[in-house]
Amino acid sequence: MGPFILRRTGMMIVTAICLTFIVFFLTNLYPNLEKLAKTQGNFRMSDEAVASWLDKNGYAQPTIVKYSQWLGVMPGWTRTSEKGVTGRCVLGTVSAAEAAQAPRFCGILQGDWGYSTVFRDDVSNIVGKRLGLTGALMFWVLLLMVPTALLIGVLAGMREGSVTDRSLSTVSILTTATPEYVSGVIFIAVFTSSTVGLKWFKGTATSATAKMPSDYSLAFVPEWAEAFWFRVAVAPTLENFFLPVLTIALYGMGYISRMTRASMTEVMTAQYIRTARLKGVSFYNVVVKHALRNALIAPFTVIMLQFPWLLNGVVIVETLFNYKGFGWALVQAASNNDIELLLAVSVVSVVVVLVTQLISDIGYVYLNPRIRIS
Amino acid sequence: MEPLSTFEIITRILVQLSPVWISLVLLYALSIAFKRRLGLYGKLFDSPIGMIGFGLVMFWVFTGIYGALDMIVTHDALSQVSGMKNKVPGTALRSVEEGDYGWYLLGGDNLARDVFSRLIKGAWEVIKIAPLAAIFAFMVGITLGLPAGYYGGKLDVFLSFLANLILAFPVILLFYLLVTPEIVATGVPNYMAIVLFVFPIIFLAVLLNSRYHTRPALRTPLLIGVLGFATWMYLQLVSSGGYLINTPDFKIIGLPSVLDFFDIDPGLLVVFVSVVFVNSPTVFRIVRGLTMDIKTRDYVAAAQTRGEGPWYIMLWEILPNARGPLIVDFCLRIGYTIILLGTLGFFGLGLAPESPDWGSTINDGRKLLSIYLHPALPPALALLSLVLGLNLLADGLREESLKD
Repeated sequence: MGPFILRRTGMMIVTAICLTFIVFFLTNLYPNLEKLAKTQGNFRMSDEAVASWLDKNGYAQPTIVKYSQWLGVMPGWTRTSEKGVTGRCVLGTVSAAEAAQAPRFCGILQGDWGYSTVFRDDVSNIVGKRLGLTGALMFWVLLLMVPTALLIGVLAGMREGSVTDRSLSTVSILTTATPEYVSGVIFIAVFTSSTVGLKWFKGTATSATAKMPSDYSLAFVPEWAEAFWFRVAVAPTLENFFLPVLTIALYGMGYISRMTRASMTEVMTAQYIRTARLKGVSFYNVVVKHALRNALIAPFTVIMLQFPWLLNGVVIVETLFNYKGFGWALVQAASNNDIELLLAVSVVSVVVVLVTQLISDIGYVYLNPRIRIS
Repeated sequence: MEPLSTFEIITRILVQLSPVWISLVLLYALSIAFKRRLGLYGKLFDSPIGMIGFGLVMFWVFTGIYGALDMIVTHDALSQVSGMKNKVPGTALRSVEEGDYGWYLLGGDNLARDVFSRLIKGAWEVIKIAPLAAIFAFMVGITLGLPAGYYGGKLDVFLSFLANLILAFPVILLFYLLVTPEIVATGVPNYMAIVLFVFPIIFLAVLLNSRYHTRPALRTPLLIGVLGFATWMYLQLVSSGGYLINTPDFKIIGLPSVLDFFDIDPGLLVVFVSVVFVNSPTVFRIVRGLTMDIKTRDYVAAAQTRGEGPWYIMLWEILPNARGPLIVDFCLRIGYTIILLGTLGFFGLGLAPESPDWGSTINDGRKLLSIYLHPALPPALALLSLVLGLNLLADGLREESLKD
């Protein structure tokens, strides 16, 4: 198991480096830099002004050099002018003495994720905060999606071809056929608009991103747990959070439940189930004690592999419901060509994809001892 | 004129769609009459689920085609009529000229355009891109997946790494990176188009050569004819205005404009390329897996013993035997592509802002959703029903193909 994990981790790092380089290359193409210069400076800049702005801010170096600086394997650029020293590792213009104090290398290897040009803040702050908010969303999505999907799948697969099976399968096909932006629009239309009149929920989840009040405290609980509890359970209420959660959960639910159904029907035709039935074990006991454990191995992988797709849904739903989380930050970064934020976002999403793949492979082995990893 | 009641609206829409109903009835009557002679397609009509799915899909296909021929639409999809902004379904136009349709059947959107006509025109936007993109993704996936699965080894490791690389990319981020005007200006999508669209030609060349290489008299003219035509289509597709790549500081000369009979709108090309790019790794993985499974069968060993070439075995022994899962996946993939196209429209990427495609229309309509439902709801339901139809069709096909 050890070498396997090691090899997969190595693969993961190579993949992450390749992908970030692609992102880096695409965001550093000249038209994109020009857009960045114009949004940071002003929109009426002449071509020479753009070139000098890029030169002054270190963007005019070759892509591979900039990439190495971002990684932290090459010293960050510095530029000395009469006003003082500017550079990758210093914020703004500083005097020569202060610049000498600053570290020479400042890339992600040194833990410096860079500075977001859109939010005017450190990238690590932004990513951390937005991930926390999206984490709260994901928590509720998984809590709603996984048990429901497994229940539907098991009920449908229990007796193949029965009325329950047919109707539940139709429901799951219907939910897989409904992308988030369609179901979200329909939910908003039905449950929040004044035209239909069912004003049960709110059409935005903005209030669910509320800041934690400074005097908020729970007895005998560490601070991080307080923050987690506030984000997950207090700030989001049923009114402002149910629709976004339901929208993401529905789309993923259909797929998981269909996989569960397929694996359940397969298990239910196995010899040992028939033997158990012939021995006189009740149908309930056969399902719960004999079939369920074996049937849940395949869906485990599917559930893990859903994570990357959830990210997709998260971006749509956060835009639709105006919930300022990770997906929202991605859209902001991409539409403003905020290079370092975009890179951080892609690193995070690549790591999420690859770690879930790794967990699903390892978990598969633990759940199913017949499989060995060589 | 009086506004229409709900019943009248429904009747008028049904009447407006009459060419579609006639085509559907004809198609079903003919297919059911001859279903025993039509192979897998005919068997589809034995399964109720497959029939419903096929019906939904064909409904939108016919609607799209007749819509593109201006048969169903009641108004121009882009023209704005004064006084019709955000009007509810069935509102009569203020001043109707002779020969004009007097109502907005599904109301007007926030720019006073007819929602019904835009819905029908949008169907064509979807129908013309999604299946073609799926076909191209399949060509790329098959051309690379077969050798990866058949040969294994270093080639497999390398191609699988590339596929995983693309799969690890969040789709939305990839689209944001590829489908922005700045990237389009650098010509990156053109390079990708040049690379990706070669695969169908390679596929055709290898397919025909491996089959007929023992009969040079037939092979040579056939290959010259087919490949010549394919290359010509390819060059028309990737070059515009006489250039393959046309950026201010770098140009590659392509097909002269005289021979170039159609130009693809650059926005559309970018969307098309990105969708193919995102879909092909998944197809690659499926084909690779199927190939690895099938290459252990006896008939493959028999072909190897006969001395058949590797490409003959891959394309004429393995591929036909993998068709069941591939056809099913093809249907699902079209559905997935439609969802992706909608996502692109939803984020306002790629297609022109006034484009009537469903994703953009949903995005336009959602801003006023709490007051006016009618602009966003019809395209949402249309997209839902088309993807549902494709899923049901895939299910029906899967059930019927397993029965053999």
